[in-house]
Amino acid sequence: MALITCDDVTLGYDGETVLTDINFKIESGDYLCVVGENGAGKSTLIKGLLKLINPMRGSISMSDGLRVSEIGYLPQQTAIQRNFPASIFEVVLSGTLNGMGLRPFYSKKQKREALDKINLMGLAGLEKRCYQELSGGQQQRVLLARALCATSRMILLDEPAAGLDPIVTADLYELINQINQKMKITVVMVSHDINAALKYSSHILHLSHTQLYFGKTLDYMGSDAALILSERGTR
Amino acid sequence: MIQAFLDIISYPFLLRALVVGVLVSLCAALLGVSLVLKRYSMIGDGLSHVGFGAMAVAAVFNMAPLAVAIPVCIVTAFLLLRISEKSSMGGDAGIAVVSSGALAVGVMVISMTTGVNTDIYNYMFGSILALNSADTILCIILSCIVISVYLLFYNRIFAVTFDETFSRATGIRTNIYNMILAILTAVTVVLGMRMMGALLISSLIIFPSMTSMRLCRTYKSVITISAVVSVFCFAAGLVFSYCCAAPTGASIVIVNIIVLVVSGIVKKIIR
Ligand SMILES: Nc1ncnc2c1ncn2[C@@H]1O[C@H](COP(=O)(O)OP(=O)(O)OP(=O)(O)O)[C@@H](O)[C@H]1O
Ligand SMILES: [Mg+2]
Repeated sequence: MALITCDDVTLGYDGETVLTDINFKIESGDYLCVVGENGAGKSTLIKGLLKLINPMRGSISMSDGLRVSEIGYLPQQTAIQRNFPASIFEVVLSGTLNGMGLRPFYSKKQKREALDKINLMGLAGLEKRCYQELSGGQQQRVLLARALCATSRMILLDEPAAGLDPIVTADLYELINQINQKMKITVVMVSHDINAALKYSSHILHLSHTQLYFGKTLDYMGSDAALILSERGTR
Repeated sequence: MIQAFLDIISYPFLLRALVVGVLVSLCAALLGVSLVLKRYSMIGDGLSHVGFGAMAVAAVFNMAPLAVAIPVCIVTAFLLLRISEKSSMGGDAGIAVVSSGALAVGVMVISMTTGVNTDIYNYMFGSILALNSADTILCIILSCIVISVYLLFYNRIFAVTFDETFSRATGIRTNIYNMILAILTAVTVVLGMRMMGALLISSLIIFPSMTSMRLCRTYKSVITISAVVSVFCFAAGLVFSYCCAAPTGASIVIVNIIVLVVSGIVKKIIR
């Protein structure tokens, strides 16, 4: 059953359209990769899915009891300032906030969950360290752990591998694949790494201010849209 | 030192000042961390000037200063938050306009009606004698409310301060928590103003959090150390001002500066 359905959606900022005619469905268990050149509107789409911006036209609907607050999110850039004093544990734990209703304080269960996710990301033993003192790859994994704490169903990742070295990137993709396969979490990932997208994803959404392609990854290979990307030399 | 402290608690008005001061210092320390991290410290400063204007007007019309200043400051806090969110307009310039405008109104109103400079002086630089017993009770109640609200929303305020976009994406109503922060700040500023003075109150908000951020790397420890530093500096400043007949607000700020500098040196040595 479709978790998210985009129906003839137009997105933009302050009356300026960025994306038009978007039509696609995300089914439970999918691994959707969103590709496209810089400025194509990928992050804009993610913000639309999260209801951070409202569609100018069309509708983005959620079904199967999915609520926006149940979606985990890894932003492309975080506005987290340098020198913000926060331990890894505090950061990851804050991901569980959306599930606690009106309770003011974290329960034991939430704390255990945060620790689980920290361990899952291979950060065991670092939970008391300051977030700002970590390397970029470690920080990215902390934010991924936080996003996982916020969801058990769907996670949106906006260029999770930006700025990471190839080995760390490969590890991260493997980790995300595990999340999709083992934990049965639906993944939507924005990526410029077309090879990884082809390797792991089940579906591809190719954007360039509009929707050039949406469908199964296997069918994407021979499509016109794929040619455009490869001509640009990204492949 | 101990003797001076015992002296202080034997005078009712000094005891009042001590109790209120400790509570207000706690409020300021807790809120200060969030304000500094959110780059809202100018809002605290702007609010103190608006509070000064409101108190001056209240005094002229013979109204209770706190009862006038608190609502005025809360409304202003809403406005300043709006201004600083719409950053395209230049948030800090907007705040400067509001705060110096309110200061000018306050000075003008006082000088036209009473013509006495001691009032202006007390509002600007604070006076330890300013609190009567009704004020004291109100201050105690309000600061307890501020502290409890802050603690109840502590986890959410952390999340919103750390990463507002993520919080909003996962369904946290970030605007509400920004508002709560602004309201709590408005109340704290007004409460602390009588003692610290309009010109010095924002230091009560900023210094302890600066000190603790130098020393600690996790949010919880920063909050805790900030509270400890704030209360310690207040008490030390009060004792010093009692012993040397020095102005209270200025003494507290100077103690805070010393602690900040010492914390910097300690950090250098540890590294
Ligand atoms: N907050 C904003 N306000 C106004 N316009 C914006 C805003 N964010 C993005 N845009 C515009 O929307 C367009 C698409 O931006 P978007 O961030 O969605 O691109 P992207 O596909 O994620 O690119 P990248 O690969 O560089 O991350 C750009 O032309 C950009 O200028
Ligand atoms: Mg982007």
